[in-house]
Amino acid sequence: MSEKRKPRVGLFVTCLVDTFRPSVGLATVKLLELAGCKVEVPEKQTCCAQPAFNSGDSKSTRKIATNVIKMFEQYDYVVVPSGSCAAMIKIHYPELFTEGSGFRTRADELADKTYELVSFLSDVMKLKDTGAQFGRKVTYHDSCSGLRELKIHKQPRALLSKVDGLHLEEMADADVCCGFGGTFCVKYPDISNDMVTKKAANVTNSGAEVLLAGDLGCLLNIAGKLQREGSEIEIRHIAEVLAGETHIPAIGETDQ
Amino acid sequence: MESTSRKFSSNAREALGDSQLQRALSNVPSGFVNKRAKAAAALPEFEDLRDKGRDIKNHVLEHLDLYLEAYERRVIEAGGHVHWAASAADAQRIITEICQAHGAKTVTKGKSMISEEAGINAALERAGITPIETDLGEYIVQMRGETPSHLIAPAVHLNKDQIEADFRRVHDHLPKDRVLEEPASLVREAREVLRSKYLAADIGITGANFLIAETGTSVIVTNEGNGDLTQNLPKVHIALASIEKIVPTLEDASTLIRLLARSATGQEISTYTTFSTGPRRLGDLDGPNEYHVVLLDNGRSDMIGTEFQDMLRCIRCGACLNHCPVYQAVGGHAYGWVYSGPMGSVLTPSLIGVDEAGHLPNASTFCGRCEEVCPMRIPLPKMMRHWREREFEKHLTAKSIRSGLKVWNWFVARPELYHRVSGLAAKFIKARAGKRGRVSNLPFAGGWTKHRDLPSPQGKTFQAIWKERQKNG
Ligand code: SF4
Repeated sequence: MSEKRKPRVGLFVTCLVDTFRPSVGLATVKLLELAGCKVEVPEKQTCCAQPAFNSGDSKSTRKIATNVIKMFEQYDYVVVPSGSCAAMIKIHYPELFTEGSGFRTRADELADKTYELVSFLSDVMKLKDTGAQFGRKVTYHDSCSGLRELKIHKQPRALLSKVDGLHLEEMADADVCCGFGGTFCVKYPDISNDMVTKKAANVTNSGAEVLLAGDLGCLLNIAGKLQREGSEIEIRHIAEVLAGETHIPAIGETDQ
Repeated sequence: MESTSRKFSSNAREALGDSQLQRALSNVPSGFVNKRAKAAAALPEFEDLRDKGRDIKNHVLEHLDLYLEAYERRVIEAGGHVHWAASAADAQRIITEICQAHGAKTVTKGKSMISEEAGINAALERAGITPIETDLGEYIVQMRGETPSHLIAPAVHLNKDQIEADFRRVHDHLPKDRVLEEPASLVREAREVLRSKYLAADIGITGANFLIAETGTSVIVTNEGNGDLTQNLPKVHIALASIEKIVPTLEDASTLIRLLARSATGQEISTYTTFSTGPRRLGDLDGPNEYHVVLLDNGRSDMIGTEFQDMLRCIRCGACLNHCPVYQAVGGHAYGWVYSGPMGSVLTPSLIGVDEAGHLPNASTFCGRCEEVCPMRIPLPKMMRHWREREFEKHLTAKSIRSGLKVWNWFVARPELYHRVSGLAAKFIKARAGKRGRVSNLPFAGGWTKHRDLPSPQGKTFQAIWKERQKNG
């Protein structure tokens, strides 16, 4: 494919990946390039507005969304290594503007070309195999927004099945919420704890050595719980495995 | 019913620490969830039925006044009486008056959430009339002086051994050495005790799952047959229903019945589905001599035309409760009023005010499982978010959240500053985490670190790394 015809992808990094785990961003870039995209990263991006949106602050939400639309509408596609931030742009941005308004049209257009990373690789770029190798027994947690708002279920499993040496062991209730829920986990810490405790038990009982998911929010939550309980299970974003970037320490671990 | 929704957080904490309750709740996911999934999978047209169900109710809600009037005419034609109750107090007064006019001493009751909402039992007791719940779960809950903790399984918060102890305490006229180990023996004993009450009751009060406008019929579905005995044996039958229970035709009712049982218990159809049209007619072998319908509004007509109108499609199947991880964690009583789970989180603020029940729509991760299974396709998370918007506008949102959000939004609008600060935060937490790769406590993050570690950031932000990369080509 000539350089010219490569689709231009604007990477929406997400605030959590930016601050907590830039390696997920780098793995994302690697995968997008492997799939034949040209990746650009608007440097003024910050947050997708979920905290404001889910707290009922519609005015601020609209303001932030307007900025994101302006910043990203120039690209052929917008790709996000997170189901919940992708769903925010793809499903909820249009709902913020009245039908028929100029920004509604722009929000609709942005929504149409915005994708969560793994579904973009599978559904749009038709990538079947990332050529990665990972000889471990893994289990996969379906994040709620990815699963229910964006219908992401088969795509990560299909790509993982092509990773050399990887064995996927499904946990019970893989589709049940981990209890993160953005501000929920600090507003209702005890309920959130109950939910993540159940999730951690399901991860452990699956017998897997590694937990994967597509959303860093869920991963930080489950990792925090498993590690507080002294678990040895390794926790990673799925992009790291698909990109073959598993030499870096897993979430909550160091190489020291 | 007095609400304790304001205390949701402490109610929830208590519930989480209640080992009996937790033991009982652990049956909810495996029981209801799997059965519903099987029933839905076994019916190829299930998804189409959901669309149909939604459309039927949407149509009714657009023309509610017309259908209510048509229904009233049919009930009267069939020889019944219709009473309009604007508020719970009206419903209490109307029902008490009917009971008093017949000199009633005891009334039997079929399972009805509307009766809970309208506080009928308490009103009857104040008037010296004894209400007797005949649904097994309701009977147990009444025996304990509690309220139902679930739409269709009122005693789901209890374990068998607790119920056995209650039976031994209350049924003290029965032999002490009787065997009550099996659930079936509990059911048998309750049946026997209730049998005499049915016959002694002066009036039977039931709810209604549906009211059919074309025929003036009220419909109840039960699995125990207690509703039939309640409404057929006494001389007077009162059906208490909220106004949104209306459906246009018999055909529509059967569409919704097909959805209801599958979504609720995974049955194809409930064991008993009973249609009542007017009082006993000449030549009928049984049935009441008088048939009354009390139609309760209690704030529902105010929901029409608002962003909460869709909530009135609810057929009270309980699927959203069963699938809700928050409900599964804390049970129904923590919600502090009649309705719980996702449907309660939307409906309760509508009925008792968002000032009172503001916690409920906030206690959700928006995981969306409720909407995924709701047979009426009610967008529950979206409506919870609408409540949060109202709370934000009315300055009811918790101060800590409000001010935290203000700071966050301020930074988000200033990218350069934002990146500088997030870069510093990443370094700060990483330094604190040191060689461990995670922190066990962190200032301002107590809600998080109380129960779990916080994995450390890797050090540099993505934006910083990307910038360097671009520079170095
Ligand atoms: S909201 Fe939907 S799922 Fe919940 S009880 Fe009502 S009809 Fe059933």
